Amino acid sequence: MALSKAEISEKVVSIISDQLGRESGTITPQSDIANDLGADSLDLAELMIAFEEEFEIDIDEENVGNITTVGDVINQIEKQLNSAE
Amino acid sequence: MGKRVVITGLGLVSPVGCEVETAWKRLVEGQSGVTTLTDPERSVFRSKIAGLSREFSPSGIIEPKDVKKIDLFAQFALVAGVQAVKDSGVDFGRENPFRVASIIGCGVGGLGEIERQSDKLLLRGPKHISPFTIPKIMPNAGASHLAIYFGIHGPSYSVSTACASANNAMIDAYKMIRDGEIDVALTGGTEAAVSRLGLVGFGAMHALSERNDEPEKASRPFDADRDGFVIGEGSGVLVFEELEHALKRNAHIWGEFTGYGVTTDASHITQPDSEGVYAGAAMEASLRSAKLNPEQIDYVNAHGTATPLGDVAEANAIKRAFGDFAKSVSISSTKSATGHLLGGSGGIELIFSLLAMRDGVIPPTLNLENPDPQCDLDFTPLVAREKKIDTILSSSFGFGGHNACVVASRFVN
Repeated sequence: MALSKAEISEKVVSIISDQLGRESGTITPQSDIANDLGADSLDLAELMIAFEEEFEIDIDEENVGNITTVGDVINQIEKQLNSAE
Repeated sequence: MGKRVVITGLGLVSPVGCEVETAWKRLVEGQSGVTTLTDPERSVFRSKIAGLSREFSPSGIIEPKDVKKIDLFAQFALVAGVQAVKDSGVDFGRENPFRVASIIGCGVGGLGEIERQSDKLLLRGPKHISPFTIPKIMPNAGASHLAIYFGIHGPSYSVSTACASANNAMIDAYKMIRDGEIDVALTGGTEAAVSRLGLVGFGAMHALSERNDEPEKASRPFDADRDGFVIGEGSGVLVFEELEHALKRNAHIWGEFTGYGVTTDASHITQPDSEGVYAGAAMEASLRSAKLNPEQIDYVNAHGTATPLGDVAEANAIKRAFGDFAKSVSISSTKSATGHLLGGSGGIELIFSLLAMRDGVIPPTLNLENPDPQCDLDFTPLVAREKKIDTILSSSFGFGGHNACVVASRFVN
């Protein structure tokens, strides 16, 4: 069964919250992962691995480069999950 | 004439406790920190026991989000270092940041993390490897995290001479202060190698005790029935300080670092020279450097790991260095209680030696029930003994043939 956008969003926020030590309530789709949430380049790489493992997808390097905000992550994951069906 | 170097802070993480006074009390009481490994992941080979720092907690010092980015060995060093700095009263915010250092011995680094990531590599492929792998496993991570925590911009590095690492690190720190290059150093050693690879690797050498049914009896230095060392984990970090610097801020002084000796067996990559020629030479050199005669040493904290070859070699080394006085000098191996912390051992052992000096108590060699006739010296068997102690010698010998001995004395201005 496909995940709804809300379900994807909830999981993404939970992973980011855990990895970066941020309260999940402070993480919004508009949050910039590096500038607002404090992720460094290693955190970003670790987050991508966590998303890939959680959603069982492969995020291309090219698409990783386009991700800036939490919303970008959610959209990218939704796109890949839908195209896989 | 070089600067005098004193020790003004102590901190540790150890199998007998993760706070200095608690660990010392248990050591003197004869409690053992050796325990059965209960997790199925690690109890897979010959030795299923270890000295685990079970009371360790990084909370309050390392943020939860950072705990998984820092391997256990570096967490140990950071927590021990914070304790030591608190004990010393040094305020790094007021120090010249280029005249402070962090020199931490580490034998193997993040062995457990190497295993976890290697497993992932094999089972799931390269895309699943954490970007924190390398910064976690590198043996210099302990020294580096201490530098980051305290804003240390002077020298910071790790020293790796296997089980002699901590002593070699402390000797480096001592020399930098003696030569006027720095004022304060965080120094000692750390290790967290109670992992599958650690247990299996040392197990393959038959270096570890296999007395699995009696964990507390397994570490038996100098005993006829010893069958190898018990692997341990933890860290001992001390604050070394230039004397005038310490006096100016009215610091409590635990003791003065007065000498050291370093030699190499250069014979076999793991087997010690059975006659103890070069280990003995390191002890002699440490006495010469401290300008002391053997009769002036009140306590020797032995390397004493409980390997069949190593303990005899050490007894022979002590006989060479101490001559006629060898039978009279008080010796003990605190590894009988903690297990062998490898690169971390020299740090906690100098701390225990300074506490022995403070309290006038020699901690016992546990499980020394049936002394090996080849180890016929006074190893303070089974129970602690009261004795006035003004000078101590602490030995560490590492795989690779590295011998490093340090001498500390009661501080007298």
